[in-house]
Amino acid sequence: MAQATIRRAIECGVPDNKQYLHPKLAKNYGNWKYHDRPRPGVLHHVSHDADEVWTVRAGTQRQMDVWTIRKLCDIADQYAEGRVRFTIRSNIEFMVGDAAKVAPLIAALEKNGFPVGGTGNSVSMISHTQGWLHCDIPGTDASGVVKALMDDLYEEFRREEMPNRVHLSTSCCEINCGGQADIAIIIQHTKPPVINHDLVANACERPTVVARCPVAAIRPALVNGKPSLEVDEKKCICCGACYPPCPPMQINDPEHSKLAIWIGGKNSNARGKPTFMKMVTSGLPNNAPRWPEVGAVVKNILHVYKNDARPWERLSDWVERIGWPRFFEKTGLPFTKYLIDDWRGARVNLNASTHIRF
Amino acid sequence: MAKKPHPTPNLDQLESGPWPSFVTGLKRLAQDKDSVVDLLGHLEHSYQTRKGYWKGGTVGVIGYGGGVIPRFTEIKDAAGKPVFPDAAEFHTLRIMPPPGMHYDTATLRKFCDIWETHGTGLIAFHGQSGDIMFQGCTSENTQKAFDEINEMGFDMGGAGPSVRTSMSCVGAARCEQSCYDEAKAHRQVLNTFLDDIHRPALPYKFKFKFSGCPNDCMNSIQRADMAVIGTWRDNIRTDEALAKKWFAKHGMDELVNDVVARCPTKAIQIKDISKVRKAGNISSVAVNAEKALEIDNKDCVRCMHCINVMTGALATGTDKGATILVGGNRTLKIGDLMGTVVVPFMPLKEEEDYEKLVELGQAIIDFFAENALEHERTGEMIERIGLVNFLEGIGLEVDANMVSAPRTNPYVRADGWDDEVAKINARKAAA
Repeated sequence: MAQATIRRAIECGVPDNKQYLHPKLAKNYGNWKYHDRPRPGVLHHVSHDADEVWTVRAGTQRQMDVWTIRKLCDIADQYAEGRVRFTIRSNIEFMVGDAAKVAPLIAALEKNGFPVGGTGNSVSMISHTQGWLHCDIPGTDASGVVKALMDDLYEEFRREEMPNRVHLSTSCCEINCGGQADIAIIIQHTKPPVINHDLVANACERPTVVARCPVAAIRPALVNGKPSLEVDEKKCICCGACYPPCPPMQINDPEHSKLAIWIGGKNSNARGKPTFMKMVTSGLPNNAPRWPEVGAVVKNILHVYKNDARPWERLSDWVERIGWPRFFEKTGLPFTKYLIDDWRGARVNLNASTHIRF
Repeated sequence: MAKKPHPTPNLDQLESGPWPSFVTGLKRLAQDKDSVVDLLGHLEHSYQTRKGYWKGGTVGVIGYGGGVIPRFTEIKDAAGKPVFPDAAEFHTLRIMPPPGMHYDTATLRKFCDIWETHGTGLIAFHGQSGDIMFQGCTSENTQKAFDEINEMGFDMGGAGPSVRTSMSCVGAARCEQSCYDEAKAHRQVLNTFLDDIHRPALPYKFKFKFSGCPNDCMNSIQRADMAVIGTWRDNIRTDEALAKKWFAKHGMDELVNDVVARCPTKAIQIKDISKVRKAGNISSVAVNAEKALEIDNKDCVRCMHCINVMTGALATGTDKGATILVGGNRTLKIGDLMGTVVVPFMPLKEEEDYEKLVELGQAIIDFFAENALEHERTGEMIERIGLVNFLEGIGLEVDANMVSAPRTNPYVRADGWDDEVAKINARKAAA
């Protein structure tokens, strides 16, 4: 029997998006003049030739089944000339060239369970990772945490009532694939890895693992007559960097892998320069399936920010004005010694001045 | 009809509430797919024990060294047999999206048909690097699924120590703040490095990201090895009709508190119209019969804030291009690193401008491949060798825009000072 011909990949790279653009976007490419927001969830763009397009943004669960995707396609075919796009935060956008189509499109989306919002000064969808669903090193889930939290923040997604936009992220390990955000939820391991010495020699390239450790706490060792690795637990910062290259160094622990909350990350250059987020609390339990303790802290921070910040202040701008002591006072979060940076370059995070708010 | 579902008391609790539920979606798929029945059981086991149970491995498609994320179950019984056999192999295909993540429904429906046939029917739009993630198929079906997706004109994304899938903002397609053709730059750069995407051979991952303006909607500065962020050199443009419309709606308090006072370099002032300066670096626009905004563009750092607030009344200039920043990445291993400026301004208008962008990317990747240690990102490499060595390596001149301040310590051997001054003077004379 003749062997089937092997199909070689067509190395076509990134496809051209021109073929997928809504006709109004293709026509006015590079020729837009301004935009406004007629209501939450809707953007209205006007071109230099006075052409107009309305965009309706809706939230999705990101991990979508084909039924959900086909439903979104049906809506796009009916109202939006069969074109959609996705935002970086997994929202879906439908473009329409006729203002009269906006309301029926919104009605169709909401009737089918897709909340319309996520624009302007709203709390947009949480950028997140894979978690227990698919990752090989997760300390917690991603989609479930996001679902639980977005249920709670549903109305904030559909309104534009925050001082400025709010970006959230979640990450299932300290690699932080979810990324920098105004508020980020990240696993914080609190115990050194538990090593299965029987497996290390076969599963791990030991010099690679030694090199991965940020604090040089790992060294080769002979354990029970087998080549393995050992961890200096006094040095270990429990970051989990050794776990991906060496799965027998289990870092995840149902009880001791905690959740930390970070705030004030901002990638935009608007106003101040971009900022990194800062850890403001930790020790929250990894309490599946709805993580109520995490939700309570996030909602509290959002509530205080919403009431206290001035217009256009992102979380980082707000804290810069009120100062960290008052952030902790207003949110009721404890300022512990673990929040004082001692990593390299840490002294820039100390207060080298007498600037103190009383 | 698929096999009987496993009890999922934890996951069931993620079906209530108003936000779209991925669990409800999985259960719908599980009506027809044994693989999703077992996936739900697998995930429920994680929820009950609060641990993950997937391990990696090696699965790929012919001709490529990366792009498939292999997952094999680790939930096994005493005899070593998978407890959830139909989800024992649960690989993901990373597929590169079009710039700006635009699709037509015919394409999305085709994706659905392919993934319903060869995989679970679960697709994520999109992963954190920008890939369309086709989640959950067996080793055997990986090639079949990829072949059909590939025939549609879509290609595999990056994984491992490779050039990674990229993202670009909606940009020129629907944003007045766009400062270059993001989609063109995205495709032209990425499609130059297909070999480095598909055959991982770099010291570590390398990410390009493309944002059309300093709002940086792609979050490139914090996470891209090479961030291409749109900007402009000339004056902010103004539109009096839109400025007056904005002022009529928002008034003087908001103009002062939300626009003027929030300018980071105090480049904006409110003036009587008669007192507005006329110099070439001044933009001005009347907001009513008496008052105008005056912007000194020499002081402006192109932060975007005033343009974001008074959209259309104020707008980016027309001498457009991008600032290139290198070396952003999150904590591991040495701590968070922001991308920093290596090219303050690169025009991006003509074809040759885009070719120069590709050449810069090529030079940076070549240097990275030669000089980074294993598992070291560009930012970490620059931290180790110093920015000047990096710049000299890729042939870029130093520029005061690359620092937030000059050095604050004397620990440098400066006996080449006079030669450097002579070089700078010679360049000035030649310009």
